Amino acid sequence: MQPEQAQRAIVPGWRNDIQFPGASPSSKSTDTTMLTEATSVLPFGNGRSYGDSCLNSDGDLIDTCRLDNIIAFDRINGVLTVEPGVAFSDLLQIIVPAGWFLPVTPGTSQITVGGAIANDVHGKNHYRDGTFGCFVVNLTLANSTGLHVCSLSENAELFRATIGGLGLTGIITSATINLMRIHSSDMNVETQVFNSLDEFAEISRPLHESYQYAVAWLDCTANAKSLGRGVFLNANHADNGTLQYGSKHPGLNVPVNFPSRTLNHFSIKAFNQLYFYMQRRNVGKQLQKHYHSYFYPLDAIGQWHRIYGSKGFYQYQFIVPLTEISTMKKILTVIVESGMGSFLAVLKEFGKVSSPGMLSFPREGYCLALDFANRAEKTEQLIARIDGMVANAGGAAYPAKDRLMSATSFEQYFPQLNEFKQHVDPRFASDFWRRVNG
Amino acid sequence: MANKQAPNSDDKQLVSDTGNTNEQSNIKSAAILGASSALGQAIARQLAEQGHTLYLAARDEVKLDTVEKDLLARGASKVISLVTDFDDIGRHDELVKVIACVDSVYTVYGTLPDQTLCENNWDATMAALQTNFISTVSLLGRLAYEFESRGRGTLIVVSSVAGDRGRKSNYVYGSAKGALSIFSAGLRNRLAGTGVHVLTVKPGFIDTPMTQHLEKKPAVLWVNADKVATDILKAEAAGKNSLYTPWFWRYILLIISHIPEFIFKRLSL
Repeated sequence: MQPEQAQRAIVPGWRNDIQFPGASPSSKSTDTTMLTEATSVLPFGNGRSYGDSCLNSDGDLIDTCRLDNIIAFDRINGVLTVEPGVAFSDLLQIIVPAGWFLPVTPGTSQITVGGAIANDVHGKNHYRDGTFGCFVVNLTLANSTGLHVCSLSENAELFRATIGGLGLTGIITSATINLMRIHSSDMNVETQVFNSLDEFAEISRPLHESYQYAVAWLDCTANAKSLGRGVFLNANHADNGTLQYGSKHPGLNVPVNFPSRTLNHFSIKAFNQLYFYMQRRNVGKQLQKHYHSYFYPLDAIGQWHRIYGSKGFYQYQFIVPLTEISTMKKILTVIVESGMGSFLAVLKEFGKVSSPGMLSFPREGYCLALDFANRAEKTEQLIARIDGMVANAGGAAYPAKDRLMSATSFEQYFPQLNEFKQHVDPRFASDFWRRVNG
Repeated sequence: MANKQAPNSDDKQLVSDTGNTNEQSNIKSAAILGASSALGQAIARQLAEQGHTLYLAARDEVKLDTVEKDLLARGASKVISLVTDFDDIGRHDELVKVIACVDSVYTVYGTLPDQTLCENNWDATMAALQTNFISTVSLLGRLAYEFESRGRGTLIVVSSVAGDRGRKSNYVYGSAKGALSIFSAGLRNRLAGTGVHVLTVKPGFIDTPMTQHLEKKPAVLWVNADKVATDILKAEAAGKNSLYTPWFWRYILLIISHIPEFIFKRLSL
C-alpha cells in the first residue's frame, strides 16, 4: 500500500483529496442508474469512520451530502423523517429548540444519519438505551433491485442487515427515527475518580442506576500501582432550563499538521497526568454544562486530527465480556509497556439492550476506545497483539474504527455474519469488506 | 404558473395556513425565485430557522415539494410554493402579484450554459440570455415598481463574478450576468432614497448540482452554498450594496479587471 493510500485510509473524510467519481445523488434527481450500472459503489456520508469501512478504492463512492432534506418533523411526538445526508449537528439545531434530543449520539455531531445507521453507533447511554439502530422506526433502501421500505414488520431481515450493515446492503434514501424528550439543553455532570480497573468495575454498575450517561476517561500511561486509573464523567439531562442549540462551527481550528513527533511518549504522559489531576478537582461537584461540551468536546476544535501530524493515527475500539476484566488489565499493561500510550482512551460499560442490527458491534461488556499515532509497523503490531487478546477473550472489535481486522477475526466477532451476507448487494463493496470477506 | 398548495390544505387562497403557527406581527417574509437550487434552498433554510414566511418559486413541482417540507420542518412559519417557469414572461405579472407583499426577494435561479455549444447553437445562446438576464429583468422591473410604490423592500440579485469580464470559457453566461449586475446597479441608483434597497451578489465557484460536471480545482476557490447564503444574509442585514462571496473574489476580480486587454485576450482563464 502506498503511503498516500495508507494515510487516506487512516483519516479518510478529513482530507480534501478524496475524489467522488460517482455522482452526488440529490433528492431532487431521480437518477439511480449508478445503482444498476456501476460495478462497485458505496454510500459515503461525512467520512468520520476512522478506518476503511467508508472507502471504496476499487469502485465509486456515492456522496450523500445532497440528500440532506428533512422530510417530516412531528414536534408533538418527537418523530423525525430525514434523508441520510443530514448531519447530527444540523438535526440538533432543529430538534433541541423544540425540546427533543438524539436518543443515541456518539462523541461527535459531525456524522450523518445514514452513517449512524450503517455503523449502528452507540453513545454513553448504551446500558440504558441501546444503539442508534434501536430508534430507527423504518427506512427506505435503494439497491440494485429497487426501492425497499424496511422496518421490523416489513422486509425485516433487510432492515436488520442494514442497521450496522456498513453501507453494503444499499443506499438509505430516508429514515424515520424516534427522538428523546428533553426539558433543558443543559446536562448535570458529576465527576468520579477511580484508581484501578477493579474499582471502575465496582462503581460502574451503581452509577447506571442514577445516571443516563456514563463514560470514563482512562489514563493509558499510568503504570504500576496507578494502572487503570481514570475519571468517570456521569450525566443526566437537566430537568428544566432553556432549550438552546450549541455551536455549529468550531471555535478553535488546528491550522496545519503538527510535526509527527509532537505526540510522543512524554507529551502524552504529561497530558494524561495533567488531565487526571485537573478532573480530580471536580470530584463531588455537580457541574451544569451545555450538552455540546459534554457530548462533543472535540467538535470544538476543528481539524483536531492534525495534532497527529501528516502520518495520521489509528483508532481501535473493542469490547470484552464483563467476566474478562483481567484481559482488560493485560491489554492495558501491554499498551503501557509499548510506550505508545493512547492520547485519549475512553472506557464504557455496555448493557444488555440488544440492537436489531445483524452486524451491530455493541454488546454487553467493557468497551475501550483507543487512538495511536501512526508509527507504521510498530503501531500495527501493537494493535494486532491487542486484537489477538480481544479475540481470545471472546470480545469484538468495531469495524467503524478498524483498518486491520482479518477475515478470521471478523467472522468470530460477528456471529450473524452468514445471515448478513445474504443481504449484501452484489454491486456494493468497501475496502473493509474486501478485506474481511476473505 | 400554477399555485401549488401545501398538502392537507383545501384552502384555495394563496396564503394557506400550513406551517408552524406563530404570532403574526413580527414574522418577516421573503420570496426565493429559484428555491430548488442549492443556493436558493440554502438561503431559504437560514430564513426558515429564523421563522420567516417563505414564498418559493421554482420550475419542478417534485423538487419544490421536497424543499417545502424541509423548510417547514426547519421552522418556517409558512411556506407557499409556486410552480413557475421563469422564462414564461407572460405570467410574470401573476407571479409578482402573489409575492409583492414580502419584505425581501432573492433572485437565485439561473442556468449554466455549455459555452462550446453556444458557439454555434444560437438557440442555446438566446435561451441562456433569456433565463439569466431577460427574465430576471422582467421580474426585477415589476418588483421594483411594487416596492417603490409602498416605499419598502429589498431586492437581492444573485449575479456572478463571471459578469465582471468576458472570458472565452464562459462569456455567454458571463455577459448575461454582467448585464444583470449593471441593471441591478442602475435599479439601486434609481431607488436610492425611496426605502427600497438593491443588493448585487457576485458569488465565485459554488459546489452545487449546477457545477457538478466541473473540475473542483483549485479546491480553495470552491465553497458550499451554505457559506454563500450566510454571506448574503449578513450583507443584506448590513445594508451593503454589492457583495463578492467569498470575500477574496473582490481581489481576484480587481486583478483580473486590471489586466490590459492586449494581454488578457491571449490568456486562458
